[in-house]
Amino acid sequence: MRIESVEQLRKLEKKYRGETESHPVRVHICYGPGCLANGAQEIGDRFRKVIKEKKLKNFKVEAIKETGCHGFCERGPLVVLEPEGTFYTKVKVKDVEAIVEKSLGKSEIIESLLYTNPADDKKIQRYKDIPFYAHQKRIALRNLGQIDQTSLHDYIAAGGYQGLAKALTAMNPNKVIKEVELSGIRGRGGGGFATGRKWATCAKIESDVRYVVCNGDEGDPGAFMDRAIMEGDPHTVLEGMIICAYAVGSTQGYVYVRDEYPLAVVHLQKAIEDAEAVGLIGENILGTGFSFHIAISRGAGAFVCGESSALMRSVAGEVGEPRAKYIRSVVKGLKDKPTVLNNVETFACIPVILSEGGKAFSKIGTPKSTGTKAFSLVGKIENTGLIEVPMGTTLREIIYNIGGGIKDGKPFKAVQTGGPSGGCLPESKLDLPVDFDTLTEAGSMMGSGGMIVMDDATCVVDVARYFLSFLVEESCGKCVPCREGLYQLHQSAVRICEGKGTDDDLEIMQHLSDMIVIGSLCGLGTSGPNPFLSTIRYFRDEYEAHIKEKKCPAGVCTALITYIITDRCTGCLACIPACATDAITGKKGQVHQLAQDKCDRCGACYAVCKYDAIEIH
Amino acid sequence: MIKFTINGKLVQADQGDMLLTVIRREGIDVPSQCHHQAVEPSGACRLCMVEITRQEWDGWSKFVTSCLYPVEDGLMVTTHSAKVIQLRKTIIDLYLARHPNSTEIMRLASEYGVTRTTYETVADGDDCIMCGLCTRICAHMGFSAISTVGRGHDKEIAPPLKEAPTDCTGCLSCANNCPTNFIEFTRDSNSLTIWGRTFETLACSQCGKTTITRDFAEHLSKTRDIPIAYFEVCDDCHRKETAKTMGRVVNWTREVQA
Ligand SMILES: Cc1cc2nc3c(=O)[nH]c(=O)nc-3n(C[C@H](O)[C@H](O)[C@H](O)COP(=O)(O)O)c2cc1C
Ligand code: SF4
Ligand code: FES
Repeated sequence: MRIESVEQLRKLEKKYRGETESHPVRVHICYGPGCLANGAQEIGDRFRKVIKEKKLKNFKVEAIKETGCHGFCERGPLVVLEPEGTFYTKVKVKDVEAIVEKSLGKSEIIESLLYTNPADDKKIQRYKDIPFYAHQKRIALRNLGQIDQTSLHDYIAAGGYQGLAKALTAMNPNKVIKEVELSGIRGRGGGGFATGRKWATCAKIESDVRYVVCNGDEGDPGAFMDRAIMEGDPHTVLEGMIICAYAVGSTQGYVYVRDEYPLAVVHLQKAIEDAEAVGLIGENILGTGFSFHIAISRGAGAFVCGESSALMRSVAGEVGEPRAKYIRSVVKGLKDKPTVLNNVETFACIPVILSEGGKAFSKIGTPKSTGTKAFSLVGKIENTGLIEVPMGTTLREIIYNIGGGIKDGKPFKAVQTGGPSGGCLPESKLDLPVDFDTLTEAGSMMGSGGMIVMDDATCVVDVARYFLSFLVEESCGKCVPCREGLYQLHQSAVRICEGKGTDDDLEIMQHLSDMIVIGSLCGLGTSGPNPFLSTIRYFRDEYEAHIKEKKCPAGVCTALITYIITDRCTGCLACIPACATDAITGKKGQVHQLAQDKCDRCGACYAVCKYDAIEIH
Repeated sequence: MIKFTINGKLVQADQGDMLLTVIRREGIDVPSQCHHQAVEPSGACRLCMVEITRQEWDGWSKFVTSCLYPVEDGLMVTTHSAKVIQLRKTIIDLYLARHPNSTEIMRLASEYGVTRTTYETVADGDDCIMCGLCTRICAHMGFSAISTVGRGHDKEIAPPLKEAPTDCTGCLSCANNCPTNFIEFTRDSNSLTIWGRTFETLACSQCGKTTITRDFAEHLSKTRDIPIAYFEVCDDCHRKETAKTMGRVVNWTREVQA
């Protein structure tokens, strides 16, 4: 059945919503990547089986929804009972029967599966009351956890494709662009370029063909915002793209999906087919005469393929290598035609901007960074996961209110934002509002939204070394400053971590970094020295300790530390077999000895000692 | 006509010209390793970078690769600003660390007064500076027999799967244009070996000297509509032949006129 008009779409929305609401209880099982890895599939299967066996009167199997990522992966597998919002964490297959019997059959709540607030040890029933969720505002992630991830019905029931309908029937392309400009939205893929302006430029270029491309390459290690959206709410990405196509006058679009995301490809493919079947993609969309097609393009598996010129070459079937260009891709992009390239999260916000209005969007966040931003919050933090907050939220609010603070009550050391070529910010910057310009000014960047929290057991020199090694691996190798320069920068960092740094090293690294920044061809190179530049800016003393005193204050760089057995040693013998190099000797009940010349500083003894008798110096 | 300045001097150029072309036309020496008139610029070596600004930029400037930057009205180009020279020296310094034995790099280094590298010399650094000229020229010839393989510091130039390339004709365009003479080939009396593949060479029917490979001759014969026999005479003998013909023509005219 084709949806031929806006009226028909509205009717369907009502009908589908009615269908959903007719179920008194709905079971939302999280099928996001984290929960799937922890057995969500088995839990879903078990639910269906148990419900069939128990023959519940007022519960139908259709009320089980496989949703996208809820974000709180760490507590998964998650099962949420809607509309109440009862939030069950760490659900196991064996819990399913009890849930069905008690919660579905008799609306009882199973205390043991609820979330315990670490602050006061109290149980919290509804997810909206859990601090992790209470401080968030979700626009791009609005449907994740709320709808069945590949269901067009559910998407329409949640108001999906209404933004598109409004654009196609009540607005001309120029008006759509004006609305996006009014929203103030800036690209979520890293650069923070004004989306409305990009569309306006593209629309103005004389050309027979224009393309719309969605960047789903998401190469930042540890980031999974775009993956969660593509897998958990594929239609919102497509709707955003169709609106863009209408605005700029394009008839063909591509979603470029990172190769490591096969499930995203499957879900997007299904969404495209479902939308085509009802006439939301393809010829004569919603009976308006506007036509637009979308194809999926698989990523080539390199970080640099997310860079715009490399991505466009890759979509066109060439080697995914950046191309030097002083003509922007909105003017000359895919197959040399004007092209709008936007990130997944950017497109995911577009339907809301159209349906709620650009003005409403612009009131969220800060004047220059409007709306919300999704982050993947990881590292030494109590609550890791996928979050979305208004721009301008401070780092402290994110880390402490949502993230629940540093794991095990340890002191905070640094937060790394912006992915591998982002930067590390210290405690003194925690009250900075998170927006594009503030982060850049502070020497880090928004990037696509990675956020790694580090405690005092982290050595920032080692962190810089690690990110540099990633960038050296991922440099495409085309231009000299990035290929050879980052290589040398990394070598210097390695030397410093090994205690072989010299007084000149920091100055040489600083100069080399400046040259790489101005000399590199693409964004990977120009932002490549950031891991060094941001850490030297805020943690110079730590570099100097490595170079001058040959000490690693955090006790991480193995060449610069010694393990010492103190007199707290009870002589329990535990560390003796743990030591692979037989460096520890001793008799039961007597303080053991550690032969420094044999010790290769693996830390195994430190890990097994139950009496905190081993110290790192 | 586009008007702009290079080092303060007003110059004119055609729309679409690249800065480097105009800079060199003005007799200004800007180094480059990855540039060649015959193929698309790639922007790999970054040696040709210059500093540009405009009146309305209020003192702000930026660095661009002149080989790729099209001329613009009102542009103010500086080819040897302090920062640009620093950048070139750094690139040369990095090259020296990576290709310590390359005479071409040493020549460039001495030109810019870089005497030794600041960085750690790369242990197995060969002479391939990854300018990519060979691959671009090969593609331009219509063969695309070699390409870059891998990425980052380990990137190298090789035929597909690093096997003897089926699309190669042994034309030697890559080797002849390699700025550091890194691409090796060997010749025998009637064969030539490059990229691990051996080609039969044609011999001059008059003096016996080897000319080009049979594969290349066949390619040219097909694409340019030249008979194979043409390549069975070497350039020298072709010239002699032409001279002889010319001589005969001259004699004949004399006879006719006599
Ligand atoms: C090395 C490198 C990697 C990038 N990777 C991504 C990526 O994975 N996803 C993304 O959306 N943008 C990535 N970008 C940014 C894109 O080039 C481009 O700016 C962005 O997709 C534009 O969309 P936006 O305006 O919606 O942010 C990358 C840029 C660089 C330099
Ligand atoms: S900056 Fe790095 S990734 Fe970008 S083109 Fe140069 S070598 Fe390749
Ligand atoms: S000649 Fe311009 S970058 Fe090499």
